[in-house]
Amino acid sequence: MNWLGWLHDFFADPAHRSGPDSVVHRVLEHLAFSAEALGLAVLVALPLGLLIGYSGRGLFVVTALAGVARALPTLGLVTLAVLLAGVGDAAVLLPLTALAAPPVLVAAAEGVRGTDPDVRDAARGIGLTHPQTLLRVCVPAAAPTLLAGLRTASVQVIATATVAAYVGLGGLGRYVIDGLATRNYPTTVGGALLVVLLAVAVQLLFALLIRLAAPPGTRTRARRAGRTGRTEEPVPVDDPASPPALVKETP
Amino acid sequence: MLDGEPLVRWRWLGDHFGYLADLTADHAVIALVPVLLALLLAVPLGLACARFPRMYQPLAAVFNVVYALPSLAVFVVLIPYTGLATRETVMVPLTCYALAVLLPTAVDGLRAVPEPVRQAATAMGYGPWRRLAAVELPASVPYLIGGLRVAAVSSISLAAVGALVGRGGLGYLFVDGFQRTFPTPILAGIALVALLALATDLLLVAARRVLAPWARGVAR
Repeated sequence: MNWLGWLHDFFADPAHRSGPDSVVHRVLEHLAFSAEALGLAVLVALPLGLLIGYSGRGLFVVTALAGVARALPTLGLVTLAVLLAGVGDAAVLLPLTALAAPPVLVAAAEGVRGTDPDVRDAARGIGLTHPQTLLRVCVPAAAPTLLAGLRTASVQVIATATVAAYVGLGGLGRYVIDGLATRNYPTTVGGALLVVLLAVAVQLLFALLIRLAAPPGTRTRARRAGRTGRTEEPVPVDDPASPPALVKETP
Repeated sequence: MLDGEPLVRWRWLGDHFGYLADLTADHAVIALVPVLLALLLAVPLGLACARFPRMYQPLAAVFNVVYALPSLAVFVVLIPYTGLATRETVMVPLTCYALAVLLPTAVDGLRAVPEPVRQAATAMGYGPWRRLAAVELPASVPYLIGGLRVAAVSSISLAAVGALVGRGGLGYLFVDGFQRTFPTPILAGIALVALLALATDLLLVAARRVLAPWARGVAR
């Protein structure tokens, strides 16, 4: 039970200073893989979410999907993917992307949906086409909500990438899993601490981005939401078909 | 890769019915007791926050950070205090995650009581405690149950990660299936976790219908 001793052992270990098991390399691996999964999720979910939000069609499907995604166990999806597709990063990328996509989809749909209809009418009235209205009016207005969705997805991806070390993925989860397997407590705790620091750092980055992204017209509202860290996140009087939409996913 | 192994061996499921039931029960305890504990903590904390709004911002900020912490890392950090493969190692963090969801909903619920209703209760001679028990808490039930639904479903899917530190209820099926290159337990585990989440969610919706029948008409 000696925290400082463990952390000293962890950081003093020459293997953690340089080479493939070094802290820097593991952090970069973790970040690169998480960014890849997040990027893929955005590529798929963002256009779809924007279209759904703008047309108002299929919102029900989106919220239902988000509810199902929340109920799925990440460890189960990751182990299943590796059994079916073989060991390798590509096999893990699929469940990670699938888990990151719903929050992005919901945020895009709800964000665009939440744009003031008068503003939208005005944009149409001055001659903007539908795509122009979506991209120049709705997307900037929805930016804070969108970023909040991305933040949720990033929490999910960083946590799941840690768990995925169990099936052979690199990154900081390696320390945790390898340390547990060999009963090497300094390694496990050092890795866990680094994961926590990374997650908090990414959260702070997103909090900053959300504050910066608020368009001038909505700034007071967005600032309030940014300060509590919960943008457009009411838990409404609900019905079984639509679970609360923009709630955070599994950590 | 699976060399000729079928995706699901139905016989295995039949042979291990009791085993699966035990794991599901264990999973329900590990995942849902923390949610109940969090509810017991969220109501008084929410009351304090509704009364002293200055308290709320820092608390909300702290729980926002807590919620972002990856579960596996938190489990691991707790091991020296709660022990490897004990329920507590998994249940303590799950309580914190559930509290992070429930505290804002409790505060929102208590703040949502319309001022005229509050004043009417006072005018009828209700003291602060009786008003709390008879007016404010019941009025916040729909909010609390909304929060409970999210917290319970997340908790159920998160508890499975506990298998990596030796105690994860149904999560054990994932570890077991992976080590033996045997997909049947993994699929059974995913299905049972999802079913448990669905059943809990339906139960909570039913509870809201009973406890707060007036909320039905307001539902979106």
